Amino acid sequence: MQSDQTGVLPPHPEKATLEGRNKILGLWFFIASDVVLFASLMGTHLALRGSTQGAPGPQELFHLEYVALMTFILLTSSMTSLLGIKAMQRYQFKQMQTWFWLTVLLGLSFLGLEIYEFYQFVIYHGLGFETNAFASSFYTLLGFHGAHVTFGILWVVTLLIRSRSQGITTYTAPKFYLFSLYWHFVDVVWVFVFTLVYLMGKVG
Amino acid sequence: MSTHAVKRTSVSLQQKPSFGSVLWDWLTTVDHKKIGIMYLAAGGFFFILGGLEALLMRLQLMYPENTLVSGTTFNELMTMHGTTMIFFAAMPILFGLINCIMPLQIGARDVAYPFMNALSFWLFLFGGILMNISWFLGSAPDAGWTSYVPLASQAPSGMDFYVLGLQVSGAGTLMSGINFMVTILTMRAPGMSLMRMPMFTWTTFIASALIVFAFPALTAGLFLLMFDRIFGAQFFDVAGGGNVIIWQHLFWIFGHPEVYILVLPAFGIISEVVSTFSKKRLFGYSSMVIATILIGFIGFMVWAHHMFAVGMGPIANALFSVATMAIAVPTGIKIFNWLLTMWGGRIRFTTAMLYCVGFIPSFVMGGVTGVMVAAAPADYQYHDTYFVVAHFHYTIVGGVVLGIMAALYYWWPKIFGKKLNETLGKWNFWLFLIGFHLTFFVQHLLGLMGMPRRVYTYLEGLGFETGNFISTIGAILMAVAALIFVINIIYTHTRVKEIAEADPWDGRTLEWATETPVPFYNFAQTPLVRGLDPLFIEKTQGDGKMKPAEPLGEIHMPSPSILPILLAFGIFIVGLGFCLHSFFDNKWISYFIVFIGTVFSLLMMMFHSIKEDHGYHIHPNDYTNKGVGM
Amino acid sequence: MEKKVGFEGTMIRSNWRLLFLLTIVPLLLTGCGKPFISALNPQGPVAREQYSLILLSILIMTLVIVVVVIIYVYVLLKFREKPGQEGYPEQVEGSHKLEITWTVIPIILIIILAIPTVQSTFNLSENPPSSEAAAESDALLIKVTAHQYWWEIEYPDYGIVTAQDIYIPTGERVYFEVTAKDVIHSFWVPSLGGKIDANPGLTNHIFLEADKPGVYHGKCAELCGPSHALMDFKVIALEPSEFEQWLATMSDYNDAPQTALAEQGRAIFEQSCIACHATDGATKSPYPNLAGLGDREAIAGYLKNTPENLKRWIENPEEVKEGNLMPSATELGLSEQDIDALVEYLSQLKLN
Repeated sequence: MQSDQTGVLPPHPEKATLEGRNKILGLWFFIASDVVLFASLMGTHLALRGSTQGAPGPQELFHLEYVALMTFILLTSSMTSLLGIKAMQRYQFKQMQTWFWLTVLLGLSFLGLEIYEFYQFVIYHGLGFETNAFASSFYTLLGFHGAHVTFGILWVVTLLIRSRSQGITTYTAPKFYLFSLYWHFVDVVWVFVFTLVYLMGKVG
Repeated sequence: MSTHAVKRTSVSLQQKPSFGSVLWDWLTTVDHKKIGIMYLAAGGFFFILGGLEALLMRLQLMYPENTLVSGTTFNELMTMHGTTMIFFAAMPILFGLINCIMPLQIGARDVAYPFMNALSFWLFLFGGILMNISWFLGSAPDAGWTSYVPLASQAPSGMDFYVLGLQVSGAGTLMSGINFMVTILTMRAPGMSLMRMPMFTWTTFIASALIVFAFPALTAGLFLLMFDRIFGAQFFDVAGGGNVIIWQHLFWIFGHPEVYILVLPAFGIISEVVSTFSKKRLFGYSSMVIATILIGFIGFMVWAHHMFAVGMGPIANALFSVATMAIAVPTGIKIFNWLLTMWGGRIRFTTAMLYCVGFIPSFVMGGVTGVMVAAAPADYQYHDTYFVVAHFHYTIVGGVVLGIMAALYYWWPKIFGKKLNETLGKWNFWLFLIGFHLTFFVQHLLGLMGMPRRVYTYLEGLGFETGNFISTIGAILMAVAALIFVINIIYTHTRVKEIAEADPWDGRTLEWATETPVPFYNFAQTPLVRGLDPLFIEKTQGDGKMKPAEPLGEIHMPSPSILPILLAFGIFIVGLGFCLHSFFDNKWISYFIVFIGTVFSLLMMMFHSIKEDHGYHIHPNDYTNKGVGM
Repeated sequence: MEKKVGFEGTMIRSNWRLLFLLTIVPLLLTGCGKPFISALNPQGPVAREQYSLILLSILIMTLVIVVVVIIYVYVLLKFREKPGQEGYPEQVEGSHKLEITWTVIPIILIIILAIPTVQSTFNLSENPPSSEAAAESDALLIKVTAHQYWWEIEYPDYGIVTAQDIYIPTGERVYFEVTAKDVIHSFWVPSLGGKIDANPGLTNHIFLEADKPGVYHGKCAELCGPSHALMDFKVIALEPSEFEQWLATMSDYNDAPQTALAEQGRAIFEQSCIACHATDGATKSPYPNLAGLGDREAIAGYLKNTPENLKRWIENPEEVKEGNLMPSATELGLSEQDIDALVEYLSQLKLN
C-alpha cells in the first residue's frame, strides 16, 4: 500500500493506484450498461402503462406527496454518501463511517416506504404482479430499482464492516468511492422513475 | 505467496505435476492466457455441438417430406444450433482469442480485472451447460434463437433453460466487455497511443463497447420473458394487456449490435493476418479505425430492419432501410483497404492467409445481400426465408468463422506453442470453403423461390428439392473439414515435438515479441512502443528486439483464486432453480434452490470483498528470460 | 424472359440443370421457380414492384462484386511472393484519393438504391380505404386471422367465413386485414407479393393483386410451432364474373347432405364436431369453417384433397400435423363406419 510505504497520503486515495483507477473506469462502463437496462425497462413500462385492463391505473394509485418523500430521502442519501467521500478524501475515517451509516439508514427508509407502497397497492387496490401488463411492468421497473438499492446497502455495509480496523488506505478508498458512484447512479435512476412513472402517470 | 507461485512454475518445468495440481491450477487460474485457452476449448466443444445440430437439420432437409426428425425436434435443433453457435461458440472463441492475444498486443501483463476475467469464463461455461441440460430434462428450447413471444412465452419448459442459460452467460459477457475496454484504455505499454494500437485490439475495443451497450437490452428482455413464464407477468400476454412486439424491439436492439460484436473482432483478425502475410502495413489504418467506430455506431440505429414485416409503417421502414444501407459504406472501406494492403505486397499463402483470402469474397457476398435485405419492400419477399438464412450465414460463417479459422492458424503457435500442420490446414481450408459456398449459395435461390426458413420439411413439387440436396452435400463437406481440423490439432500436439519459434510468421505486432511459450508474466520488462507495428519498426529500424520501457524490477501479479468458479456455480444454481419451477408441484422447492444459490453467491461475493488479496511479486531472478521478450 | 424453369425429372438431370443455371445467374434471375410460388416469377403488380427492386439491387451488387473480384484476382496473381525475394516491400500508409473514392462511390450506389426503396415502401403501404370509402369504391376487404396452424378467412362485407382458400378476383387490388389468434404468424404469397406478420392483439394491412386466374401458394413465414412448415394456404384468383358467382354460392351456402350416408355423416358431425367446426360459410367457429371443403385445394393445409387423405386426417390428426389441437377419432369415439360417413358428408361440401 502506497500510503504506508511512503508515509505521504495522496489527496485522492481512490485514484492513487492503477487498480483503483481501473475499478472506477470499469464502474463507469457498468453504469453505462445499466442505463441501457433501465431504459429498456422504462420503455417497456411506457409502452404498457395504459394496459390496466380495467384495474386501477396510475391516476388512482399514485400519491405524489408520498413519492416526493421517498425521492427526498433517496436524494438526501446521495448527499450523505457524497459527504462520506469528502470525509474520506480528508482522511477523516470516523466521519466517513458516520456519513455512510447514515446513507444506509436513509436507503433502508426508502426501501421501507417502497415496500409499504407496494403493500398498499396489493392489499387495497388488488393490484398484483399478474393483474395486468401495467402492473407487471410497474413492479418490474420499480423492483429492479429497489433491488439496486438493496444491493447497494449490502455492499456498503460489507465495506464498512470489513474496513473497520483498516481505516482509509489506497486499497480501501476505491471501494468506498465505487459505492458512492453507484449510489449516485441509483438515485439518478430514481429521478427518472419519479418523472416518467409517477409524474407522467399522474398527469398524462 | 511469491515463492510458492514460482516454485510451482519451476516444478512444472522439471517433473510432471500430478493431475490434481494441474486441475487445481486451471480451476483457480486468473491468467488471461489460460482463461483464453479455456474459452477456446469450451467454445470449440460447443461449436462441434452446434455443428452436429446443423448437420442433423440438413440431413432432415436433404429430401422433401423426410421423416428423420419430427417438427418439434427440428425446432429444438434449430433453436439450439443458433443459440449455441452465437452465444456459446462464436463469442467464446473470439473471447478466447482476445484473452490470449490482446493483452500481449498492447504490452500488458494481464487484463484489468483478472479475477473478473475468470468469473466471466465460468459464467459463460455454466450458462452453456445450463442451456444444454434441457436436452436431458424433457425438452430443449424450441422457439428459435430469436425466441419471439408469445410462442416463447407459451413454449414448454425447455424455454426456461434458454432464458436462464443466456442470462447467466450474458452476465459473464458483460463483465468481459467492461474488462476488455478498461484493459485497452489503461494498460497499454508506454508509447502505444490509441492510434498505434493493432487493428485486432481496436476492433476488440469497439466490440466490447457494443457488448456494454447492447447486452443489457437482452438482459431486460430475458427478464420480462422469465417473469411472464415463471411469475405469471403479462408483458407478452395480449389478454392481460401485453404487447408481443416489445420483445422483438428489445431482442434486436441487442441482436443487431451482436452481429457486429462477432464480426468486428473477425475484421481485426483479417487486418492482422493480411498485413503480416503481405509483409505490408495495413493500408489506410486511420480509415480502418474510423470505419470500425462508424460500424459500431450505426450498428445501434438499424435494429428494426429485422422487423420490416412486423407492420411498423412506411416511415419507420424507410428510415431503417436507409440507415442500414449506410453501414455498407464503412464496410466497403474495409474491404478495399484489405485489397490495397495486399496490393504491392509479397503474399505468402499460409493456411491463415488462405482463410483471409477466402474471407474477402465470402464476406462481400454477405455484405451485398445485406444491402439487398435492407431495402424494405424487397425484404417483404426475403424476410423469414432461406434468402435471409443464406445472407447471415455468409456474414457469420463467411465472415466470423473464416476469420476465427485464420486466427487459429495464425496465433496457434503463440497460444499453444506448436505450429499447426500446413498440409492438413490446406485440406481443411479448401473443403471448408467449398462446403460453405455449396451449402449456403443455393439457399439464396431457395428463399427467393418461396422456401420459408425454420421449416422442418417441404413438399415435393415446389422446386425446392435440388437446392436442398446440394445444400446438404455442402454441409457434409463442412463437417469433414471440421473433422480434419480436429485431426490437425491432435496430430500437432501428439506428433510434433519441437516448440514453435517465438515469431514464426515474421510478425509485426507485440505478441510476437514474447517468448514461446509465453511466460505467465508476459513481459519481463514492459516494452517501449515507437509506432504502429512496433515489432516491425524494431526489425527494420532497430536490432529486431523491443526496447524496455522500465528497468528490470519486481513484477506484481494477481493471485489465483477458486472463488470465480464457486461464484459462477452459485449463480448457475440460481438459474437451475428457476428452470426447475415447472418440475415440482410445489413451486417453493425450486425457489428454495434459488435461495440457496443466491445466498451462496452473495457469500462468495462478500468473501471476495473481505479477503485481503494484494497479489504477489515475482523477483527478477525468477524470470525465465530477461528483457522484453525473446 | 425465360419463363418457367422446371425442376421435375430425375435428381441428376435437374442437378445438372441447376449447376448450369448457377453459372448464368443473371439469366436465371429473369425467371426462376414455379410461377405459383416463386418471388422470382411475379404474378401481380405488388410482386412485380418488389421484383424490380430485387433486380435493381442485384444489378448494383453484381457491379460491386465484379469490381472487388477483379481487384482481388489481380492482387492475388500479381503480388504473390516470388522465390528469392528478400526484405520488405514498400510500406504504404494509405491514399486519401483512393480512400475517398471508395467512400464516395458506395454512397452514390446506395443513394441509387435508396430512392426507389423509399418510394416503394410508401407505395406498398397504402391502408385499406375507410369503410365508407370502401362502400363507394367497392374495394374488396378480406380479414385474415392466423391460428396454429390454419388460416381463418372472412369477407366482412359479404358475411362469408371460410378457411385456408382465399378467393380473390383478378385485376383488382384486394385489401387484407391480418391478425393472429395465438402466436405470431406471417402471411406470405410469394408470387403475388411480400409478407406481413400476423400479430396477436394487433392488426396489419396489406394489399395484393393477381393479373391472371390461378392458384397461388401461400405460406406461414414466421416460426409458430412444430407444424409451422405445414401451415400452407392458397390464394385462388378468379375472373371477376366467376368471383361474383363464388360470392353468391358462399353467401347462401347450402351445407345439406345429399346422400343417405352423408345424412348419417351429418348426424355424427353434429354430435362430435359441431363444437369446433361450422359448415355454413358464415359462422366464425373456433376452428375452420368447413364450407366448401370438398373443393378445397388441400386437406390439413398441405395434403391432396382426396377422401383417403381426409379419412387419414380425421383418424389421426397428430400424425398428419404435429401439435395441432384436433382430437383423434379414437378420442372422439368414432367408429370406422362413423368416419366413412363423415368423410362422405364433408366431401360433399362443395362449391356448387
